[in-house]
Amino acid sequence: MRTYLIRRLWQGAVAVLGALAIVFVAQRLAGDPVALLLPMDASEEDFAAMREALGLDRPLPVQFLVFLRDAFTGDFGESYQWQAPAMPLLLERLPATLELALAGLAFALLLAVPLGVMSAVYRGRWVDRLAKVLALLGQAMPGFWVGLLLILFLAVRLQWLPAFGREGPLHLVLPAIALGWYPVAAMTRTLRSSMLDILDSDYIRTGRVMGLPERTVIWRYALRNAAVPLATMIGVYFANMLGGAFVIEVVFAWPGVGRAVVDAVFARDFPVVQAGVLLSAIIFVVVNLLVDLSYGLIDPRIRHG
Amino acid sequence: MAERRVPVVSCLVLGLVLLCAVAGPWFAPHEASEIALAESMTPPFWRSGGSLDYPLGTDMLGRDILSRIIAGARVSVTVAVYAIALSGGIGAALGISAGYFGGIVDAVISRLIDIQMSIPAIPLAMLFAAVLPPGEGMVITIIVLTYWTWYARIVRGEVLSLRERDFITVAKVAGVSSPMILIRHLTPNVLNTLLVLATLQFGSVIVFEAGLSFLGLGIQPPQVSWGGMLADGRNFIEVAWWLITMPGIAIMASCLASNLLGDWLRDTFDPKRRLT
Repeated sequence: MRTYLIRRLWQGAVAVLGALAIVFVAQRLAGDPVALLLPMDASEEDFAAMREALGLDRPLPVQFLVFLRDAFTGDFGESYQWQAPAMPLLLERLPATLELALAGLAFALLLAVPLGVMSAVYRGRWVDRLAKVLALLGQAMPGFWVGLLLILFLAVRLQWLPAFGREGPLHLVLPAIALGWYPVAAMTRTLRSSMLDILDSDYIRTGRVMGLPERTVIWRYALRNAAVPLATMIGVYFANMLGGAFVIEVVFAWPGVGRAVVDAVFARDFPVVQAGVLLSAIIFVVVNLLVDLSYGLIDPRIRHG
Repeated sequence: MAERRVPVVSCLVLGLVLLCAVAGPWFAPHEASEIALAESMTPPFWRSGGSLDYPLGTDMLGRDILSRIIAGARVSVTVAVYAIALSGGIGAALGISAGYFGGIVDAVISRLIDIQMSIPAIPLAMLFAAVLPPGEGMVITIIVLTYWTWYARIVRGEVLSLRERDFITVAKVAGVSSPMILIRHLTPNVLNTLLVLATLQFGSVIVFEAGLSFLGLGIQPPQVSWGGMLADGRNFIEVAWWLITMPGIAIMASCLASNLLGDWLRDTFDPKRRLT
């Protein structure tokens, strides 16, 4: 277990370092920051002085080390738009994004669990077909379009739910559906196939022979074991949803990290963009690490030696 | 099994999308950017106030939605073709090399894949959108940077198992050079897999491009894109439902068709993986 832990931590560290390197390269591609900071009529000497002040006259590897040092202290520079440190700006908005991603995950599970179980139990019947159609549509309808349709029908036409902003729990419903829409397909399929395997196993047959009600057999004994593969997917989907939230937040004017980063791209506010990319990479790596480590907790049969 | 039938509808839909991309300007009823303010916000023909001149209605500037969807197909297909060729080519080359040579080559390539996959696709796209000039080139670059790992991982896995097969051993013993083994013996054996991945990627690329363009970070006006049309229509969602439904249906239909065709190809090439 310990060697496994160390190896996974090392892999996670390499991944974060890699993300930092990609951001650094992109930053250099972005053009000369000095030109952005100085007035148009600045002299050659002004440029040289500014370069020296920013450390841009030093060799690239040194610049990369300085960049790493700053990154580890959470310093990603000041936002050009807000004139405030970039990372705290985003961290302030992180709760809104996490809330949205959690709600999206909850929606996905609320739909996928009953659908997956029912389509395995009633294999080949209409529930199963419905699940199949939903799975196909889920993959082909982009979340942002689903979001627009939800706004059109439920907010504009029927006026049941609010469409924009973050003012109360009701405001969460539509964006959560739009965000949770995509993973439903994969979750349903995973649960369906593991349920099919389990329903075929000896202890389920034993349970039935013993006269346990079918409801108890399916929802209590079969689902508990069939849910393991699904549980291991949840972390990955959650991490992906944080990325997907970037687009959904724009559709619903949700004041989260994603919308701030998209706005920053338009404003060419690079410090905010790089802080956003690193923040999501770090969350992604950490969530995946936690998921891998939790396998053993969910299913004692999988223990890393 | 019913699923074994050739997916005729998918082929027809994809054929239609390709036809629009290649020959769209010849049969589109209007010029895609032709403005007719007097006709603005005309609903589709089956609604009152609609007309067959503009079968799917017009937008705020009176531009014909159908013609714009046809024009948008061209952008989507162009981006998809370049992006698939490049990400498939680069990914397959790296995957084959990693699988065949093993050792340090494999370690470096696998680590690159790990790093790439540890950054979620959309934030990564934002990063490059912030530094590259917007347009088709940028969209293609972002898609290639996101998807090459897909091909590399799967092809690497296939080559790892192929490498142990007798025909490769025989070729090595017979003194065939490594580049020759790679090109003549390994590549043909992963072509089926590449074809399946490329078909499935087509739908995925269309959605990805639409998403970027919807955010305003992808294809830029006056070029027409489905994602851009949705972004325009969003501002008129209360008065003109067709502006946000029609382009979305085009996206959904293309993506659905390529997914169904890809699934069918995969099952045909690899009967073991047929779904129960």
